[in-house]
Amino acid sequence: MTLAAVNVAFGYRGAPVGRGVSCAVDAGEVLCLLGPNGGGKTTLLKTLLGLIPAQGGAITIDGRALADFARPELARRLGYVPQAHNALFPFTVREVVLMGRAARVGLFSAPSAQDRDAARQALHALGIDHLADRTYTTISGGERQMTLIARALAQEPAILVMDEPTANLDFGNQTRVIEQIAKLAAQGLGILLSTHDPDHAFACADQVALLRGGDLIALGSPQETLTSDMLRRLYGVDVAVTYLTDVGRYVCTPSFNRSPRGETT
Amino acid sequence: MSVRDRLAAGQDTGWWGRTGVWVAPLALIAVVVLSFGVGKYPIAAGDVIAAVIGRLTGQPSTVDPTIETVLWQVRLPRVLAGLAVGAALAAAGATYQGLFRNPLVSPDILGVSAGASLGAVLGIFLSLPVLMIQLLAFIGGLAAVALVYAVGAAIRTRDPILVLVLAGVAVGALLGACLSLLKVLADPYNQLPAITYWLLGSLAAVTRGDLVSILPALAIGFVPLVLLRWRMNLMTLGDEEARALGIDTTRLRALLIAGATLITAASVSITGVIGWIGLLIPHIARMLVGPDFGRLLLASVMLGAGYLVGIDALARSIAAMETPLGILTAALGAPFFLYLLATTRKGWE
Repeated sequence: MTLAAVNVAFGYRGAPVGRGVSCAVDAGEVLCLLGPNGGGKTTLLKTLLGLIPAQGGAITIDGRALADFARPELARRLGYVPQAHNALFPFTVREVVLMGRAARVGLFSAPSAQDRDAARQALHALGIDHLADRTYTTISGGERQMTLIARALAQEPAILVMDEPTANLDFGNQTRVIEQIAKLAAQGLGILLSTHDPDHAFACADQVALLRGGDLIALGSPQETLTSDMLRRLYGVDVAVTYLTDVGRYVCTPSFNRSPRGETT
Repeated sequence: MSVRDRLAAGQDTGWWGRTGVWVAPLALIAVVVLSFGVGKYPIAAGDVIAAVIGRLTGQPSTVDPTIETVLWQVRLPRVLAGLAVGAALAAAGATYQGLFRNPLVSPDILGVSAGASLGAVLGIFLSLPVLMIQLLAFIGGLAAVALVYAVGAAIRTRDPILVLVLAGVAVGALLGACLSLLKVLADPYNQLPAITYWLLGSLAAVTRGDLVSILPALAIGFVPLVLLRWRMNLMTLGDEEARALGIDTTRLRALLIAGATLITAASVSITGVIGWIGLLIPHIARMLVGPDFGRLLLASVMLGAGYLVGIDALARSIAAMETPLGILTAALGAPFFLYLLATTRKGWE
């Protein structure tokens, strides 16, 4: 299954955010969206999910226009992982994950044994079986993010769309989420995610899209797009990109240096 | 997971959750039996039970015929109305709290009470017969919510829920102004006391006929709440997330609002405005059984029914004259609510 955007303009009526965006996510492939704050990442993701109508261009799933899908049809193809948030009412993790089955449960029905099974498998796939009976409002941010990923997996989608899945997570949890993304892609899921850390793109992405001021300024493999020149254009700071032989991939770091003590520059 | 594991994990053991399933219906039955006995003509609980058993088995009753008359002609319609209206207000409150993602929302949020009040007060002001007053209240309640919903749908923004709430506030204020005008213009000796009583709610004047006349509306209104009970859970996630999970939120919200509004308007039309039940009861129910709407609805219905019947028994027994229900529900409900706020945040964060 392929989610494709051709020359898409996005934003709100009277308040356009971006234009001319073309990209595609295939099954088993990770597309990583990078860009500064306010660059339109979240708005683009919501547009690609069909939550906000596109202001121009075409978004299709296997050639069929997004607008032609009914809401449940779409939810069976595209899973959405929002930023980890605090829910209002204290549902258990199991209940939250079960909500992912909504598009597969009849309008007037409650989830069946089969749906409960799917929720259990989603929890198991992420290794968070032990959280099932905990209350969503009392678990940690990292656990919440994993729960929301499990909920999206319970949708049994072909493509996962994740809005900054590593936001507000500590270093370890960020790594766990990125590892999980690589694993899910290896199992055949297409994944579209936004992140603030170019290293995450090096770690898990097949393609990188750089979004600045609503424009797609680059699209390609991480090695092609995430050069120090491009990262400077994107974020306005100097970045060094280097190959780590120990790990076997590129990494990047801001290249400023703290001036030695006692000296002024 | 054993109770010890759950305790170790720092979570609720669900004691209330499991006990509540039994406590609520038993408390409800006890309250009903007691309330049959309470009033200007007190009847012992034993006589109440004997009379009920006599009726059920068809045996000639050993109970005094006067008692029989009071029980079946006076108390029965009143208790049944209390059960129905309490259940309806609490169920509507539970629905609105979930839909508007706010545990402090009451069924009045979209102006149903304000609209019903204006309708009823207009009827009193024009000295119309009781049936017309009730009809005007019912229509007023539905019309107010329809207006708020239409305004909310006409204003297209990214946050349809917020727009609905704000439209509800604005329309409510407008209706309140009209209501105040009618109060000023009303005859201070005849109409104004009647208006005041109506706005505080009472079951004293409810007849068997009133009850029968609102049953269809109650039955229809409860249908979407019961059928959509699982999907209602997803509405608490907010519009965007619910849509991403495959929910047609606009349609679902319209159905749920229509159901909750119908049962509230029908209730208010025969009893007048009874505040606090729709706010307080779902809150307590959520503490007992958790946020899952199926269980929450059932618990709210039982607790709301029992609470209003109990309050009504109090209303006809604590003073020589009947105390308006609105005074009691607020006087008892508000301090209890503050106590809950101070001691626990379980049920919402």
